Amino acid sequence: MDAGFSVLRAAAAMLLATVFGPIAADEGAGQPDRTSAAIARYRQMLDEGNPAELDELRGEQLWKTAAGPAQATLERCDLGRGPGVVQGAYAQLPRLFADTGRVQDLESRLVTCITTLQAIPESDVVAKPFSTDAARSDIEALVAYVVGQSRGATMNVPLRDAKEKEAYALGERLFFYRAGPYDFSCASCHSEDGRRIRLQELPNLTTKAGAQRAYTVWPAYRVSQGLFRSFQWRLNDCFRQQRFPQPVYASDATIALTMFIAANANGAVYNGPGIKR
Amino acid sequence: MKGNRMKAVHAATLAVAIGGGCAPVARHAADPALESQFKQLLQHDFHARGSAGMDRLEQDPVQRTCTETRDRPQGAQQETLLKEQFALIRWPADGQFLGNWRAGEKLAQDGRGMTWADRPGGPVGGSCYGCHQIAPVEIAFGTIGPSLLHLGRDRGAAPDMQRYVYGHIYNAKAYNVCSYMPRFGVSGALSEQQIKDLVALLLDPDSPVNRP
Repeated sequence: MDAGFSVLRAAAAMLLATVFGPIAADEGAGQPDRTSAAIARYRQMLDEGNPAELDELRGEQLWKTAAGPAQATLERCDLGRGPGVVQGAYAQLPRLFADTGRVQDLESRLVTCITTLQAIPESDVVAKPFSTDAARSDIEALVAYVVGQSRGATMNVPLRDAKEKEAYALGERLFFYRAGPYDFSCASCHSEDGRRIRLQELPNLTTKAGAQRAYTVWPAYRVSQGLFRSFQWRLNDCFRQQRFPQPVYASDATIALTMFIAANANGAVYNGPGIKR
Repeated sequence: MKGNRMKAVHAATLAVAIGGGCAPVARHAADPALESQFKQLLQHDFHARGSAGMDRLEQDPVQRTCTETRDRPQGAQQETLLKEQFALIRWPADGQFLGNWRAGEKLAQDGRGMTWADRPGGPVGGSCYGCHQIAPVEIAFGTIGPSLLHLGRDRGAAPDMQRYVYGHIYNAKAYNVCSYMPRFGVSGALSEQQIKDLVALLLDPDSPVNRP
């Protein structure tokens, strides 16, 4: 399996060289349109085979295998559409859950299910939620499986309950909150169309179209890291680059921020897991 | 030292803010209940790691004003902040602004520093290419900030221009209060010499930025 990933990474590097090589040599700078076109071509090549499928398969196995002190599977987990319903569930998250009284995103809900159904202590579940080269995260594989079951579903995040509206408002507040040694907020990078950091295009998350384009292809397989990445990972790494302190995994702050972006994406067709450079 | 300097900034600007009377009502100020909930969220749901302490979530007047106005501060409020921020710039004692453009190019490429994953006290780069086009050979440049290609060729490299560029890197908020650009001198991210090296990268006639 790891050998397979290395081959994939090497192939991706060759693709990059193929796509960017001629542009760098022939044209130099000042050709942003050509550069964007090359990136689009590269993404299209990547789309033809997404290694996230491997994570989806591993996640499905984890979902259906008895584990923990309770020796239970996750097949009775309620992701908002009733116990055991995975189909289309991700496209309606975050949402308020009556049993916990909390607005929850997928990952915090998985924590709830693993701790209640399988009786695994929460401290174990959230100890290492993000994959590394050395160790793959089970929760990220579960994420891959669940989001894959919403492919083709229309984003329909509820903003009916007062707590859901409150989460959205808090998420919006956090999105625009400037702080830290570099004065960054999420909006510093994600509130204008057509901006890039280096060659990475930045979605404008303050517009419906921008939020829809971005949210519907996350979580995603990250080619440069050779790893599948969850949405909590995405937020976590943004805060790192913002030079903020680290957000607590699956905390209300991260769920509120997710709510703000996910609800802005309502109406779009979910198309994840995606694949990123 | 960095922390102390930031604290000094806080104290100085806070004093002016309090003395300056009521700030104009901000367009995006949250209602008080939501605001207190938001503060709790920040306290509970983030934790210090590496050099990224919880004090980083406290806003100074610039950060607060820019957050509340969505980066569009009002007239008098803006004028006051611009003056305060300009006063924070420490100009080089030797009156020289041009350093070494080669060192500047290395710094411009370097995006390290000040994240929770970076070694506290470790190297900090300028992250310039993250947002700006600079030297023509580097095609992996961001577009959040304006292109700086040919800056010296187009705008000249007279002492006033050198001073302007030095000040802008030291404290971008002295020129545009809610600029997206970090205050590299004020925050202590870059030293006087490093800022001079970046000025040279942008203005020195021998720098690749300005060569034909």
